[in-house]
Amino acid sequence: MIVRAIAKIGRTALFIVQEMGRMLLFALASFAWLARPPFRLFQIVKQLHFIGYKSTFVVVLTAAFTGMVLGLQGYYTLRKFGSEALLGSAVALSMIRELGPVLASLMVTARAGSAMTAEIGIMRITEQIDALDTMAVNPLQYLIAPKLVAGLIGVPLLVAIFDVIGIYGGYLVGVELLGVNEGSYWSSIESAVEWKDVYGGILKSISFGLIVSWVCCYKGFYTRMSAEGLGTATTEAVVLSSVLILVWDYFLTSVLL
Amino acid sequence: MIKLIGVEKTLGGQPVLRGVDLEIPKGKLTTIIGRSGEGKSVLLKHMIGLLQPDRGEVWVDGVDISRLRGKALNEVRKRFAMLFQGAALFDSLTVFENVAFPLREKLRLKDPEVTRRVNEKLEQVGLAGMGHKYPAELSGGMKKRAGLARALVMEPEIILFDEPTTGLDPLMAKQIHDLIIGMQRTFGFTAVMVSHEIPEIFGISDWVAMLKEGRIAAMAPAAEFQRIEDPAVREFISVGGMMPLPVNR
Repeated sequence: MIVRAIAKIGRTALFIVQEMGRMLLFALASFAWLARPPFRLFQIVKQLHFIGYKSTFVVVLTAAFTGMVLGLQGYYTLRKFGSEALLGSAVALSMIRELGPVLASLMVTARAGSAMTAEIGIMRITEQIDALDTMAVNPLQYLIAPKLVAGLIGVPLLVAIFDVIGIYGGYLVGVELLGVNEGSYWSSIESAVEWKDVYGGILKSISFGLIVSWVCCYKGFYTRMSAEGLGTATTEAVVLSSVLILVWDYFLTSVLL
Repeated sequence: MIKLIGVEKTLGGQPVLRGVDLEIPKGKLTTIIGRSGEGKSVLLKHMIGLLQPDRGEVWVDGVDISRLRGKALNEVRKRFAMLFQGAALFDSLTVFENVAFPLREKLRLKDPEVTRRVNEKLEQVGLAGMGHKYPAELSGGMKKRAGLARALVMEPEIILFDEPTTGLDPLMAKQIHDLIIGMQRTFGFTAVMVSHEIPEIFGISDWVAMLKEGRIAAMAPAAEFQRIEDPAVREFISVGGMMPLPVNR
């Protein structure tokens, strides 16, 4: 009984280590193929359009309401200490350092990441990936590498948009609705936000972009050959990406602070 | 010539191929028959290196492709084309773009030449004027034709057909068979087809092989294959339609 339980734990541990190794090799092989001709610029632009441009609306919407809620919550908290003038810095620092990278990446996971997994998974099930192989076209180079690059470029750009819109959302509620002084809103941002806050946010967004595209592509590429398998792969991709974003965010924050 | 020696493959803990020895004659159409789940498609995928055997060798004109990876394997694959069961057309591309795909990827031809070659192939498979459609807008038969056009466009030496008529009505299945045999006779490529279409395959194949319990149970020229006395072969081809079964009323 005990031996069986230990064996089960061992098998699970081995499976996890194996899976992690396979994921790492998957990413390394994809980046290695990126360096070899033919260079697929058109594919990268196409994926940037899908991951970046097509996620803009949902990111703007999320950013606006997040900023507005932050404005509202921040105002009522700061008013207790008579520090409403610091609302701008509270909103901007929360957005740039934490909420922008995390929430924008989670939105990209939900919108583009799940679609990436489903698309690649369907290509696997319908043998389109095998068809690429038979035509001597490497699927990692043609399908995966452009998506990884697009994630690395697209997510930081979306995070930048998220930050700006979020700060304006806080402005709308704090200044226009609740009467915080406009000058103190902007000047508190100017005095509180430092360059290291900005590059910390950029660093986070780049790593989150990689996590989303990497995990979602991997799960789609190795999906089981059934509709149920595809559903499971999509769910796993979204859950694993989201959890990894949050866990990695903690470690990165502890290093960057 | 393709030659498989002692090929074994286990998938998901289940032995599928248990020592396949098979020689595919050059320039002929060889059909592999066998019950569903016997591993015919798995066998086909070994011939093009989509799957590697657990044991055994797969030789293509003197090269053991079971040992090849990456670029070396791709070099061998350039001599192949494959028509998949569901045609495996890229659903984000139009029919024209699907057929043009290997030309653009591998030959880097100029657009007018690509257009000329693609239109020629689409016309040969009876899809002239359909190039602008997406795979989702095509019927099953049209998808197979488009897949066939994509397989033919690079003028490969070897084409593998994985159940090319599955899911088609008898008339459409006959049309696809006629197309395959017509193209094979015209261009002289080596063709390997996995099919369940008995007795039709005896009319179009040069050679027939039967896969049973993970091994080749019989292989012979099509005319001789029908006279094989092995009970398993007789049962399969008679149930498949070679001999009419009594009708219970």
